[in-house]
Amino acid sequence: GPGGGAPLENANPLIYRRSGERPVTAREEDDELPDIIDDREIFDLIRSINDPEHPLTLEELNVVEQVRVKVNDAESTVAVEFTPTIPHCSMATLIGLSIKVKLIRSLPERFKLDVHITPGTHVSEHA
Amino acid sequence: FCLENTDPRMRGRGMQLLSQVLLQCYYLLQEKEVLHLVLFYENRLQDHHLVIPSVLQGLRALSMCEVLSPGLAVSVLKAIFQEVHVQSLLQLDRHTVYSIITNFMGTREEELKGLGADFTFGFIQVMDGEKDPRNLLVAFQIVRDLIAKNYALGPFVEELFEVTSCYFPIDFTPPPNDPHGIQREDLILSLRAVLASTPQFAEFLLPLLIEKMDSDLQSAKLDALQTLTACCAIYGQKELQEFLPSLWSSLRREVFQTASEKVEAESLAALHALSACLSRSVLSSDTEDLLYSFLSSILQDCRHHLCEPDMKLVWPSAKLLQAAAGASLRACHHITSSVLPLLLEQYNKHPQSSQRRTILEMLLGFLELQQKWGHVEEEESTLLSLQAPICSVVFSALTDPSVQLQLVGIRALTVLGSLQGFLSPSDLELVVDHLIRLALCEEDSQSSEAAMEAAGSLAPIYPKVFSGRMVPRLEEELQSEPEEESSRDRCSLRQRCLQALAAVSTHTSIVRETVPVLLQHLRKVQKESEAGSAQDIISVCQSLHRVALQCQQDAESCWYYHQTVVPSLLAMAVQAAVQESTHPPLGKALLQEEVLAAMVPVISAATTHLSPELAAQSVSHVVPLFLNGEVSFLPQNSFSCSFQPFQDGECLEAQRRLVALLMAFVCSLPRNVAIPQQEWLLRELLALSCSCNCSFTATTAAKCFAGLVNKHPAGKGLGRSLPTTGSAVAQPVPSMSPGQQLDEILQLAVNRIEPGLVEGPHRTQALTLLLWVTKALVLRYHPLSSHLTDKLLGLLSDTELGPAAADGFSLLMAESPDVLHKGCHADVRIMFRQRFFTDNVPKLVQGFHGAGPDVKANYLKGLSHVLNHLPKPVLVTELPTLLSLLLEALSCSDRVVQLSTLSCLQPLLLEAPQIMSLHVDTLVTKFLSLTSSPTMAVRIAALRCAHALTSLPTIVLLPYKARVIRALAKPLDDKKRLVRKEAVAARGEW
Repeated sequence: GPGGGAPLENANPLIYRRSGERPVTAREEDDELPDIIDDREIFDLIRSINDPEHPLTLEELNVVEQVRVKVNDAESTVAVEFTPTIPHCSMATLIGLSIKVKLIRSLPERFKLDVHITPGTHVSEHA
Repeated sequence: FCLENTDPRMRGRGMQLLSQVLLQCYYLLQEKEVLHLVLFYENRLQDHHLVIPSVLQGLRALSMCEVLSPGLAVSVLKAIFQEVHVQSLLQLDRHTVYSIITNFMGTREEELKGLGADFTFGFIQVMDGEKDPRNLLVAFQIVRDLIAKNYALGPFVEELFEVTSCYFPIDFTPPPNDPHGIQREDLILSLRAVLASTPQFAEFLLPLLIEKMDSDLQSAKLDALQTLTACCAIYGQKELQEFLPSLWSSLRREVFQTASEKVEAESLAALHALSACLSRSVLSSDTEDLLYSFLSSILQDCRHHLCEPDMKLVWPSAKLLQAAAGASLRACHHITSSVLPLLLEQYNKHPQSSQRRTILEMLLGFLELQQKWGHVEEEESTLLSLQAPICSVVFSALTDPSVQLQLVGIRALTVLGSLQGFLSPSDLELVVDHLIRLALCEEDSQSSEAAMEAAGSLAPIYPKVFSGRMVPRLEEELQSEPEEESSRDRCSLRQRCLQALAAVSTHTSIVRETVPVLLQHLRKVQKESEAGSAQDIISVCQSLHRVALQCQQDAESCWYYHQTVVPSLLAMAVQAAVQESTHPPLGKALLQEEVLAAMVPVISAATTHLSPELAAQSVSHVVPLFLNGEVSFLPQNSFSCSFQPFQDGECLEAQRRLVALLMAFVCSLPRNVAIPQQEWLLRELLALSCSCNCSFTATTAAKCFAGLVNKHPAGKGLGRSLPTTGSAVAQPVPSMSPGQQLDEILQLAVNRIEPGLVEGPHRTQALTLLLWVTKALVLRYHPLSSHLTDKLLGLLSDTELGPAAADGFSLLMAESPDVLHKGCHADVRIMFRQRFFTDNVPKLVQGFHGAGPDVKANYLKGLSHVLNHLPKPVLVTELPTLLSLLLEALSCSDRVVQLSTLSCLQPLLLEAPQIMSLHVDTLVTKFLSLTSSPTMAVRIAALRCAHALTSLPTIVLLPYKARVIRALAKPLDDKKRLVRKEAVAARGEW
C-alpha cells in the first residue's frame, strides 16, 4: 500500500508521453512576421499543470490533449475539453478550475474561455 | 600559594597559570617531571568543579608529552573516567577531554588496548549525551578509530552503537554567521562513516535504516538510503540475510511511489549495492544462494508490470530490475534470462508503435547492461540463444513508420553491434543496408541523423563491412545523374550522401576510401556552373571538415588527410584564381567569400593536430606557393599564368583572396613550427591588410598577420616598451633575436595603422588591422597591447569610426572561430578577459562621462560588449560599481546596448537582490517600457528581467505588484509567440 497519507483513488494510472518543448521555427524568430495564437500554444499553457493527486502532469495523465483544445485568435475564443482519469474522479471540478485560472492569467483579456469535461467521461459533467 | 588557597576561584587561577605554562613548554619536560605532574593533576581532578577546566587543560598538555612513562596514559584516562562527569562540563572543556583521548589513541595505542573493553565503556560514558556539533565531529572520529584500529568492544557493541546512532539521521542547521563553519553535510558524512564502519553494527543498524526509509521525512529517507549503500561495501550475506525482505519492500515502495527523483535515484543505488554485496559473497555448497532468492523476489514483484507498457509502474519496475542486474555478471545473467524472453514476447504481442517503443527501450536498457560486461560468453549467455528473435525485433523497429520507434531501434542496433560476436556476417550486412536506407531515404531527419551516427560508431568495429558495402553505395548515389526525380529531392539525397560519407569515416581504412570520393565530388560540382553550386561546394566542405575532425586523434589518418586534402583544395583554388586573372569576369563559385570561408575550417582542422616534423614539411611547400608562386607540389600544376597573390595589379584580386587559405593553414600550425621567410610574409600581409580595397581580403590579411604575431616568440625584448611613433625602422639583420624581430614588426604595424586611422581612403582597413593586432597582443599579455587599446578607446569619440570601434570590443572579447583561439595553438592567457576588464572599464566609464551626446552610446556599447563576455561570477561581483551606468544605459536608444544591459542585469537581479532592491523603482519603469520595444529580442530580454525582479524581497515588490501585472497583460497579446511565452512566465510569477 502507499507509504503515507490517504490511499490514492487511482494508484497505477495509465501514463502518456510528454510532448516536449515546441521547437522554435525560423518564422518565429523573424521579427516582422506575426504568429497567431494556435491550439498548441494554448495546450502548452495547460499541459504542465500538475494533477492534485499525482506527481504527474495533466498531459501525462491524458487529462488534456492537444486535439481537445480549440482556439480562434480572430474571434478571441478558447475552448478546452478535459477528461478526468476515472469517471468518478472527485477532483474533476478542481482540475477544471486549475485550467481556467491558468488560462485567465496567461491569455490576453479579449479571450472568452470555455473549459468543460469531455462529454460522456464523467458522472458529474455539469458540476 | 594560589594552588593551596581555600578559595576555589583562586586555586582555579593558579591551576590555569600552571596549565598555560605547560601548554607552552610540554615538549621540554623530563620523564620524571612529567610523572610528578601527572600524579599531581590526577589528584586535582577531585578538586572543586571551578578548578576542573584548568586541570583538564594541563592534562591535555601532558598528553602531548613524548616522554610520558608507560602506564600513565591509562592512569590518566581511568582518573578522568572515574572522577569527571564530562557531560556536565562546558563545550570547550568537553572538547579538551576528547583531545586528551585522541592524543593518547594516537601515541599509546598498545597501552590503551591493554585496558580492554573498559576503555570503550569509559569513552561511551564520556560521549553519552554530547550535543555540540564541534565535539560530535571529534567524538565520531574517535569511534571510527576505535573500530578501525580494532580496540576491544567486548560486550559494549550495542552501547557504542546506541551512543552514536541516536544522532541518526542528523538534523542540524548551522546558525547563520556560524564562525565554526560546520555544515550539516560534515556531520552526516562523519556519522555515516561510523555507522557503516563495521558489520558488528548490522543487526542494530539495518532495522533503524528500514524505519527511517519508511518515515515521511525526505532527508531521513535519503540519509538512510545512502548509509545502506555505504554499508553494503563491507557487509556480507550473513549480515543482510534476515533483513532482505523488509529492505526490498521499502526500496520497492520508494521507487514505485516516490515523487522525488533524488529518492528514486538513491533507492536504485542502494538496490544496486545490495545486489553487488550478495554477488560478492563466496558460496558454500550447503547454504542457499541468497543472491538468487533475492533476485527472484525482485523478479516476482516487477516482472508482471513489464507487460503493461502503458501503465505508470512499467518504468519503475524496469529501473529496479536494471539496478539489480547491473551489479554483477551473475545478477545480470539471472535477470536477463528471465526478462529478455518476456520482453520479446510482449513486443510481438503489442502492435502499437508507442507500446513497442516502451518495450524496446526497456530491452535496450538490459542490452546496455550486457555491454558493460563486454563480450558475450559463449556457453552461458542467454543472449546468444535469443540472437534471432532480438534481431528480428530490432529490425522490425527500424522499418516501423514511427520515428520514435525507429530511433530506439537504431540505438539498440548500436548496442548489439558493440557486443562482440553477437551479429552474424549476414546480420551485419542487413544492419548496414538498414542504416543506408534510413540515412538516405528516411524522410525524418532525426532518424536519418541517428542512422549516420550509428554507422559512425559501428564502422571502427567492422571497417571491412562498411567500406565494402556502405561507401560504394554512397559513391554510386552521389554520382548518379538526376533522372525523373525533382531537382530538390536530388539535392537533398546528395546532401544526405555527403553527410553519411563523413559520418562513416571513423576508421583509417574507411577515410582512405571516402576522402577521394569527396574530393572527386568537389571537382565535379565546381565544374558544374549551376546557380546553387556555391551551396553545393560548401556542403562538400562541411563533410570534409567533419572527416578532418574525426581524423585528428589518429596520427596516421591525420597525415594522410592533410597530404591528400590540403594540396587538392589549394590546387583547385589556385586554378580557379589563375583562370579568373586571365579571363576576368568569370565569377567562379569556388572563389566566393562564403565558399572560401567554408574551406578555412577544413584546412585548419587538417593542420592543428599535425606533429611538428610533418607540419614543417608541409609549411615548406605552402609558404613558397604564396610568396614565390612555387606550384610544383600541387597535384595539377600546369596553370595558364603565374600565381602571385602579393603582387600589385587589378587582375590579381581573385588571387589575393586565397590569403584566406594561407591563413587557415599558417595560423593553425603548432607554435614551435618555424615558418620560412616569416619576416617577408608578415610585411606582405601588413601591406595587403592596409591597402586592399576588398574588405574580405584586407580583413583576412589582418587576421593572418595577427595570428602569426600572437605566436611569434617574444624572446627577451618582451619587457621593453616601444616608442609610440615613427622612428626610422632598420632593415632586419640576421643576427636579431626573435624578440627584436617581433618588436620590429609590431613597430612597422603601428607605423602603418596610426597614419591610416587619421585620414585617407583606408581608415576602415586600418581600424580592422588595429583590432586584430590588439586582440593578438591582449591575448598574450604583450606590453604594447595597452597602447593599442588606448588608441581604440580614443576612436570611440570619432563620429565616423566610433560605432565600428565600439563593436570592435566584441571582437576583442569573443572567441574567434578561425584564428587566435586555443584550438589553433594561439597564445591565450586564461584570465585575459578579467584583466582587460580591470584595465579598461574605468577608462570606458570616464570616457562616457566626458563624451559628447552624439558619441556617448559608443562608450556604452563598448562597455556592454566587455561585460557580456565576462564570466558571470566575475560579473556579479564587479557590477554593483557599474550599476548607475547600467541604469543609464537602459535609456539608451541603441538596441545592442539595451540588449546587453538587460542581459547583464538579469543575473544580477537573481544573485544580488539586496543591491538591486535599492533601484526597484527605476528598474520596474525601464523594464516595463522596454517590453514594447520594436525589437523582439529586446522585448524578450525585458520580460526576462521583469521575471527576474520577482527574486527581490516580497516587501520591496508589493507596491509594484498591481502595476506590473497590469502592464504585463499587454505583451500577453504580443504578435510574436516567443515574446508571449516570456510574458506568460513573468506574469505567472508576479
